[in-house]
Amino acid sequence: MILIKQKPDIASSEITPQNVYLNRRKFMQTTAALAIGGSVPFMTLANRQAYAMGTKFENLIKSPYSATDAELTSYEDVTSYNNFYEFGTDKRSPAKEAHRLTTRPWSLSVSGECEAPKDWDIEDILKQFPAEERIYRHRCVEAWSMVVPWVGFSLGDFLKFHKPTSKAKYIEMLTLVRPEEMIGQKPGLFGSVLNWPYREGLRIDEAMNPLAIFAIGLYGEHMPNQNGAPIRLVVPWKYGFKGVKSIVSVRFTEEQPFNTWQEQAPHEYGFYANVNPNVDHPRWSQASERVVGKLFGRVPTLMFNGYADQVASLYSGMDLSVNF
Amino acid sequence: MAKTTSRQWTTRIKRIKPVVFVLCGIPAGLLVFDIFTGNISADPIEDMTRVTGVWGLRLIILTLAITPLRQITGINQLILLRRMLGVYAFFYIVLHFLTWFVVDNFFDFQRIIEDIIERYYILFGSLAFMMMIPLAITSTNGMVRRLGGKRWAKLHKLIYILSILGVLHFYLQVKADITEPVIYAAILAALLGYRVWKSRQPASKKPARS
Repeated sequence: MILIKQKPDIASSEITPQNVYLNRRKFMQTTAALAIGGSVPFMTLANRQAYAMGTKFENLIKSPYSATDAELTSYEDVTSYNNFYEFGTDKRSPAKEAHRLTTRPWSLSVSGECEAPKDWDIEDILKQFPAEERIYRHRCVEAWSMVVPWVGFSLGDFLKFHKPTSKAKYIEMLTLVRPEEMIGQKPGLFGSVLNWPYREGLRIDEAMNPLAIFAIGLYGEHMPNQNGAPIRLVVPWKYGFKGVKSIVSVRFTEEQPFNTWQEQAPHEYGFYANVNPNVDHPRWSQASERVVGKLFGRVPTLMFNGYADQVASLYSGMDLSVNF
Repeated sequence: MAKTTSRQWTTRIKRIKPVVFVLCGIPAGLLVFDIFTGNISADPIEDMTRVTGVWGLRLIILTLAITPLRQITGINQLILLRRMLGVYAFFYIVLHFLTWFVVDNFFDFQRIIEDIIERYYILFGSLAFMMMIPLAITSTNGMVRRLGGKRWAKLHKLIYILSILGVLHFYLQVKADITEPVIYAAILAALLGYRVWKSRQPASKKPARS
């Protein structure tokens, strides 16, 4: 395995603008809340709360797995352009709607084919697994891409903690279902947009690959709600929809689990969803991608999103145009 | 009595015409404003594509609503608005096309041709756009005169085909939430269905000209 060189510290100039942005958004949220007046229903959920935005992690470990050659996508773009259908299908709606999500308390249950199942409180997870910074390329199946400085920890370490048995061939992960806070989960005119809860899965060897992480933050701070707070999956060699957000359940399974998008449109989305410029999606050519934050300039898409050295061996002998 | 009413309608509609003109320009104006004030998403190409495409399609459907509205309300003078709506629809679709052709693909003909061949929604959209070109060219009084009313009307029947292609184009590229394209499809079906129904009615009273 080839390790990537360490990324130098992020220049402070790249971080400061977010404060300005946060203030602006807070102002807008406050204004909106005032406009709605006293009839705000979520006020009754005073015991639940969103995590204070912008809370920084201390003692972040730099990871050798971080991409060194890539220019970071701005904090504003990373936090305002999101596919998170629990908060609406418009990519701008999560940034507007996700503030309703209360991420404390938050429990995550680990169950299935393992010797040490556990119901976690998110605070205990944060204490147990030291946070690292992982700068990863992020490639959406819709042919746009970003570079995100995630904060997270090895998914493999997390899974091993629960002592998976030999029957644990896959893991299945579920997103929270809470329509009163996740407005996108409320059925629309033609029923639900997706079949909730959002489900994703990985083969156990994929999940144990050192690149796979559970992310708990980005840009050095706790995960913004719209990016999947408080904990989400990041598998940088796969299309973004594999990165299940706001996870409440992890289950070790013997059978390959279904994933939401495969269920939605099996001829368009597969289980593996590896970034592959040679296998086109029916709606989008996957040969190139638009870099978010740049108006012109598509760039060629790389096999496994540039992580072939680390992950290609997982799929040796497999026909990737069938197992897409 | 009827004549004065008709003349009054002509005056009224001529008076609101500039208002409609300004209204139709608002989405484009807002888009330009948003681009310059930075109030746009991280992927501005997507915003530009969506706004121009959706408004183009809405205006296409609106032009198709004029004839049924005239016949149902009896306000024939609504026809005075139709050309403007049609030309505006073309304006938005040209912007939509240019966003895809120039801003997104930057004249990369190989990729553009691949896109058209491999993706039905792009094929349908391209066909619809091509059909709009002769309609836009023949929208002037001079061209109507040169073609003659009958041939002009025949040519402009293309709107029926291109509007269906346009809705399909929209429907096919939606990932999950089909609400909006389904609504457009329903409206379009009603507007085209009305014409079919009307054409089967025995000609009574004075036949309305379209």
